[in-house]
Amino acid sequence: MMHIPCPWCGARDENEFVCGGTSHLQRPALDVSDEVWGAYLFFRDNPKGVHLERWRHVHGCGQWFNAARNTLTHEILSVYRMTDPVPQ
Amino acid sequence: MKYSAWSLLRGALGGHRQWPPAWRDAAPKPRYDVVIVGGGGHGLAAAYYLAKNHGITNVAVVERGWIGGGNTGRNTTIVRSNYLYPESARLYDFSLKLYEGLSQALNFNIMLSQRGQLMLAHSRHDLDSMSRWANAMRMNGIQAELLSREAVAALAPVIDLSPQARFPVLGAFMQRRAGTARHDAVAWGYARAASALGVDIIQNCEVRGFINEGGRCVGVDTARGALRAERVGIAAAGHSSVLAKLAGFRLPVTSYALQAMVTEPLKPLLDTVVISPSTGAYVSQSDKGEIVIGAMLDLFPSYAQRGSFAVTQAILAATLAIFPSFSRLRLMRQWAGIVDVVHDSSPIIGPTPVPGLYINCGWGTGGFKAIPAGGWTLAHVLATGATHPLAEPFQLGRFVSGRLVDEAAASGIAH
Repeated sequence: MMHIPCPWCGARDENEFVCGGTSHLQRPALDVSDEVWGAYLFFRDNPKGVHLERWRHVHGCGQWFNAARNTLTHEILSVYRMTDPVPQ
Repeated sequence: MKYSAWSLLRGALGGHRQWPPAWRDAAPKPRYDVVIVGGGGHGLAAAYYLAKNHGITNVAVVERGWIGGGNTGRNTTIVRSNYLYPESARLYDFSLKLYEGLSQALNFNIMLSQRGQLMLAHSRHDLDSMSRWANAMRMNGIQAELLSREAVAALAPVIDLSPQARFPVLGAFMQRRAGTARHDAVAWGYARAASALGVDIIQNCEVRGFINEGGRCVGVDTARGALRAERVGIAAAGHSSVLAKLAGFRLPVTSYALQAMVTEPLKPLLDTVVISPSTGAYVSQSDKGEIVIGAMLDLFPSYAQRGSFAVTQAILAATLAIFPSFSRLRLMRQWAGIVDVVHDSSPIIGPTPVPGLYINCGWGTGGFKAIPAGGWTLAHVLATGATHPLAEPFQLGRFVSGRLVDEAAASGIAH
């Protein structure tokens, strides 16, 4: 069971949260080609390692936030706000 | 050596000391016609059908660990073809038909047991959606039937059908040809048959990169040296994205952990597969007597083959709500496989953006039942360069055209 550090509530059990998938996806302009639109909708890096993703503390404060989490070890390296830039 | 009652008898007279290894553990050669990355069911089946259907025997299957040690050894061994859309029905029923003849074809008992699969309805809405589902199957020429509550009671009395049940059972729908097969036997049967036809099975051989010459894939770099090939196929399930990255492209795939568990063995008490889609319970009894319990996905990306305890708890609670008499059983093992989930829960079998490189992935939570068809169609495109008619709807291009085959509803487990 992961303990996820919600930026507002502190560390809580993972079953209080839902994962919202990959973060920092930028919607392209509406007149792009089908290839670019398909890449935006469906194609993902799906890394084995650090993944930047959205979480929501659905059974807590209800807030969305970003997490940098390792998909192999489940270690959470950092959490940051939705509007923060991609961490280095 | 052909397995038969006669060879078994001869083996018994010799104290079972004369049996040769079932397949050759080969060392890599520098050059092959086809290299297949991934020694699970799909990769081994593709190698077998390359040799059997197309006469291409200079083939290597390279496997990072041991054959059948990934998702082929981490599933709940259910085979079925209860899909909604004609494209999927054709593909999965072709797979089930191959399974029905597989023990004979491979001369290896895969212990196929067509014990049927019950899908429970707990509400009027469930009943409505199941009649739609069963009718869709019949339209596609696949037998399916709706059962009353009384018929469920007769088939599986171990289900809680009492008035005070937490999830009352109003009826069910059943595919009688569904069932289970022995997962190790499927991997070993294909490996043995492929090896006998000349295929090299190379274990402990991790692929570290793809050899690219003039924009074309001409082989793989492995932990045991370079293997050059005319064509390369990938059948690596949850690790498809990792290999795609090595080859320089991305896939519409997200990897999740899908877990399962077994209890201590019991005397026979459940001779059919039971799925309760609304609760997530997915239960059968193995030939050894263990209760095999499948779960829903851990709904966050993961490459950890263990599964989250939160999901283990949820699935056991759901299972006990349907089968209260299992509450005193002890769990023997729990594990997870890393599954490659695609947006429409349908597979990808065909060319990749890199010429010479082909892929079979995207089976998500349902790869085991598709092993014969996945191998057959991957072998076809590797041998001929042309897409197999059954695989035509399942190309990467559908994620650009938008022509998805959305089977998310049909797998019986919420994605």
